[in-house]
Amino acid sequence: MVGSFLEGLLSGSILAGTPLLYATLGEVIDERAGIVNLGLEGVMLMGAVVGFTTTVETGNAAVGVFAGALAGALFNMVFGFLVIARRANQLASGLALMFCGVGLSALLGAPYIGSQIKGLNEIIILPLSDLPLVGATLFRYDILVYLVVPIAILVWWVLFYTRWGLSLRAVGENPAAAFAAGKNPYRLQYQALFIAGLLGGIAGAHLSLALTKTWAEWMTAGRGFVAVALVIFSKWHPLRAIAGALLFGGAISLQLQMQARGVPVSPFLLDMLPYLLSLGVLAVWGGARRHAAPASLGQVFRGTE
Amino acid sequence: MISTSEQVSKAFHFRKEWLVSLIRFIGLFGLAFLVFAIILLAFGKNPVKAYVDFFSNTLGSTYGFSEILVKMIPLVLTAVAVAVPSRIWLINVGGEGQLYIGALFATWGALTFDTLPVWILLPLISLLGFLGGGLWASISGILRTKGWVSETISTLLMNYVAILLVNFFVFGPWKDPESANYPQTAQFVDAATLPAIGDTRVHAGFIFPLAALILFYFVLSRTRWGLEMRAIGGNPEAARRNGISIAKYILLLMFIGGGLAGLAGMCEVSAIQGRLRPSLSPGYGFIGFLVSWMAGGNPLGIVAAAFLLAIVTAGGDILQMAHGLPGSVVSILNALILFVVLSRQGRKVGLKW
Repeated sequence: MVGSFLEGLLSGSILAGTPLLYATLGEVIDERAGIVNLGLEGVMLMGAVVGFTTTVETGNAAVGVFAGALAGALFNMVFGFLVIARRANQLASGLALMFCGVGLSALLGAPYIGSQIKGLNEIIILPLSDLPLVGATLFRYDILVYLVVPIAILVWWVLFYTRWGLSLRAVGENPAAAFAAGKNPYRLQYQALFIAGLLGGIAGAHLSLALTKTWAEWMTAGRGFVAVALVIFSKWHPLRAIAGALLFGGAISLQLQMQARGVPVSPFLLDMLPYLLSLGVLAVWGGARRHAAPASLGQVFRGTE
Repeated sequence: MISTSEQVSKAFHFRKEWLVSLIRFIGLFGLAFLVFAIILLAFGKNPVKAYVDFFSNTLGSTYGFSEILVKMIPLVLTAVAVAVPSRIWLINVGGEGQLYIGALFATWGALTFDTLPVWILLPLISLLGFLGGGLWASISGILRTKGWVSETISTLLMNYVAILLVNFFVFGPWKDPESANYPQTAQFVDAATLPAIGDTRVHAGFIFPLAALILFYFVLSRTRWGLEMRAIGGNPEAARRNGISIAKYILLLMFIGGGLAGLAGMCEVSAIQGRLRPSLSPGYGFIGFLVSWMAGGNPLGIVAAAFLLAIVTAGGDILQMAHGLPGSVVSILNALILFVVLSRQGRKVGLKW
């Protein structure tokens, strides 16, 4: 009983933490380039709805994932145009993008409410899945779960060990200096937003293709905002984001496990767990570490005057 | 000494510029509506028919116009709820949650003290609504003054907690046993209902946004508090060295802001719904943020922007009922209007926050 509870909790944490981690990685890239994107929620919704509808139409979940990722990236370009080309306020633009995503995804998804899909195939890693206790759940996931940690490592490597990553971080810290060093801040920020949009789209697609296997309006339920909080928690570092996503996945999973086991607590109170945990962890962990934020976060390069 | 001809040319110049900006303004909104029409067309809806219904049922009839005013009440309140803390660069994105908690507190008062006469009960639940929203926002204020969590993130996340809390009460302890499967509380007594004006749904709660706007303007421009707030907003370090307690202002302004959003929630349950339901607000708190942002915190601008977005919100009801579109489709139009406004303002004034 306890064993199966822990097993369910662990595998649930990994499953629920995966879309969060994709989204958080996207936001890390955004913010390393100096842009706060509150529209991530909308990007995820677009990824979720396009991924789902494409899967229904083609019958192929892999195509769905690609379509969802691309939709997220293109959608994020709208945000990019506003905050980079038009130098609009990032918080207001982000909220507007979220609104747009909520509405557009509702419109796109309306005919597909109730549609059934098979979802992403589970890939069973044979020798490992026979391990007692953990094997049966720990090694039966879809491809996106297996890929998420390698992608986090890749993001870390790109950001910290490549010339492009260095330039990107320079833009986030001091765009004028990056410009003086011959970089084009705008181009780098567009690239960052495109990649972040891809990751946000994958996050949404994973949600609708692997977790729920249905489409519902506003199904992300604030996960995009939780991801923004996770970025602060992880000190803008892709590897620490893994731990953060697992923790929040754990909160979501705990709530599901308790509901499944008929724990006599209202589901609405249990649903608060991830949000309260975000706040609690940030309160304990986040405040003292503000210095880790990119120095020019929230400001867009205005050229050298 | 300015010559008369110069004065004339200046006045003329001014008028011309005003006209140009008006045309530009209308053109921009036209662009937003055009893009929305294209989206509707792409989804197989007739945009002309949709817009005819949209405008004839909002601006085109007395009842429609009154519905715009009905929506303006919560929008102005939630916009001022954002504008007040933004005076010292606090970003309150939690209007939606504060509205829900205000409604929750007001409902508690209305259900508990239902025997009180109207002249005590209405002020009491208004006060409770204000208190509820204010306390909810104060949590974020405290987190901010301690330097633990930025108010942007905490207000954003608290929205979800607030909505879930309302759901908990409505589905659980406060569920009206008489309304079968509907998750809602019992109906408020008449003494807890804000009276409507004429045959419309416009209600006496309109004095709240009116008073909020006037007080906001007055305090800001005519009092020492307004001056100190400007000092903090201008240069927090200098303000601190001049003995202004920034923490006090953070808590106070968050409380007042949250309280105003809470009042909006009280108005909704008392006058519009007559009871507490989970579907209390179509995102008034978020739209209020956009209103305040569009207005740049200017009181008259808030009225204008709230009027505009109230048309969109009221029109959204029409699109949902008459055209079978999802209710949230109208948020596309909200977003498009914002996109065009954002893409102009950013160029001109840069970062306001």
